[in-house]
Amino acid sequence: MSFVNSGFTGRRGQRDERLPPGQTLVEDWPVLSAGPTPQVSTADWTFTITTEDGAEHRWSWDDLTGLGIEDVTTDIHCVTHWSKLAMPWRGVPLDAFFADVDTSADYVMAHCHGGYTTNVPLEDLLDGRAWVAVEAEGEPLTPEHGGPARLLVPHLYFWKSAKWLRGLQLMPDNDPGFWEQHGYHLRGDPWQEERYW
Amino acid sequence: MTPRRAAWHRATVVSVTAETATARRIELEVPTWPGNEAGSHVDIRLTAPDGYQATRSYSVASSGPGTRLVLAVDEVVDGEVSPFLVRVLAVGDSVEVHGPLGRFFVWTPSADPDPAPVQLVAGGSGVVPLYAMAAAHERSDDGSEFRLLYSVRTPDDVFFRRELAALRRTRVDLVHTRSAPEGDRRPPRRLVREELDRLTLGPALAPRIFVCGSTPFVETVSRWLLEAGHAPAAVRTERFGGSG
Ligand SMILES: Cc1cc2nc3c(=O)[nH]c(=O)nc-3n(C[C@H](O)[C@H](O)[C@H](O)COP(=O)(O)OP(=O)(O)OC[C@H]3O[C@@H](n4cnc5c(N)ncnc54)[C@H](O)[C@@H]3O)c2cc1C
Repeated sequence: MSFVNSGFTGRRGQRDERLPPGQTLVEDWPVLSAGPTPQVSTADWTFTITTEDGAEHRWSWDDLTGLGIEDVTTDIHCVTHWSKLAMPWRGVPLDAFFADVDTSADYVMAHCHGGYTTNVPLEDLLDGRAWVAVEAEGEPLTPEHGGPARLLVPHLYFWKSAKWLRGLQLMPDNDPGFWEQHGYHLRGDPWQEERYW
Repeated sequence: MTPRRAAWHRATVVSVTAETATARRIELEVPTWPGNEAGSHVDIRLTAPDGYQATRSYSVASSGPGTRLVLAVDEVVDGEVSPFLVRVLAVGDSVEVHGPLGRFFVWTPSADPDPAPVQLVAGGSGVVPLYAMAAAHERSDDGSEFRLLYSVRTPDDVFFRRELAALRRTRVDLVHTRSAPEGDRRPPRRLVREELDRLTLGPALAPRIFVCGSTPFVETVSRWLLEAGHAPAAVRTERFGGSG
């Protein structure tokens, strides 16, 4: 469409080439969730990967920290048009969890406390591109932001970085998760503006 | 109802009116609009003369099959987009809108002869999608009980004042946080938990609950609702942003 809103100037000097199209830089950290915030303690926390054959691999909080938590500095992009740049995180790469998981499935459904789900292609979770995150900006993740542990898949829109993570289910087909059933894109690449379908 | 696909549309401003001292009602004509459910929102994209663009989400106060969209925008001081929408945008101007968006935070009439009651809880401009739901309920045959608890700063900050007063099928309770109307026995202060419990449908009635407002408002209210015994799946939320 070829018209402009004369009189609109916008906030100048903030355009950064690290910002995908349609995104605005923020300094604070907005919250997007569809329901109330679940409260989950690390003592009760477990994380389960279930294969397409039903085999379960399970980790407690201590198991998770034992896998080796690494520092990650990354940009994040929310579908509601904000991005944060160079944000410090800490988490365990998903490669560490998948090391002993035998699967030929191509897709994953992430399951969360509170009942939320999101679908992600398995290849988007491997090769050092995704983490189970436990800290952000130098602090343990607060419940509002998905603590104690959330998925971190920063190269996709941030609803894929499921909060209050409790498990991953491998699946042969790319079935839609919660937000995806409500109109969000199946993959969600911010550089392609894959917001909605 | 089959979901309406979201798409970009060109909208023309047909009227602008002061909603409150800081907010404006904007009516848009969108010839290609497919209609929307009560509670959904649009993304509005503005383009500066040099091509710079900014996009923000706004709830739609209207619903149904028509091509007229009603928005109500509160100015966030020093914000990028809302001051333009509230002060500069004029009748006849065009804006780009993407939508309808949000298929979860919506209310549709139930065919159930004995539908669950509905509790709406609004903070400030968060009343916009909830007003859309109450208005849609008013026009429908749906017999569910509807209640709205609406927290506002002052009596002058009430959105849709006349429309809310005219609702016959929704009970509206207002609480004032900064200054109360003359004669109000409640001192102005933030909503407290005991009032939330008293002024909303209790868990025994198993209401469906929609909470909308700033992020801190929604966080606080939804936590209290769960602690009061409401099922997490019964509580739907929309967070407008802000950190308090
Ligand atoms: C689904 C959805 C529906 C929405 N519907 C409406 C609506 O019907 N009416 C309406 O007025 N707004 C609505 N909003 C909020 C709106 O999208 C913008 O966030 C708001 O207008 C501020 O934009 P801005 O560009 O002026 O401010 P920005 O430049 O984005 O922000 C400036 C500063 O204000 C803070 N801020 C951002 N949003 C808010 C807020 N809502 N309250 C307090 N502080 C804030 C930011 O954190 C930032 O520090 C909705 C948001 C969402 C996600």
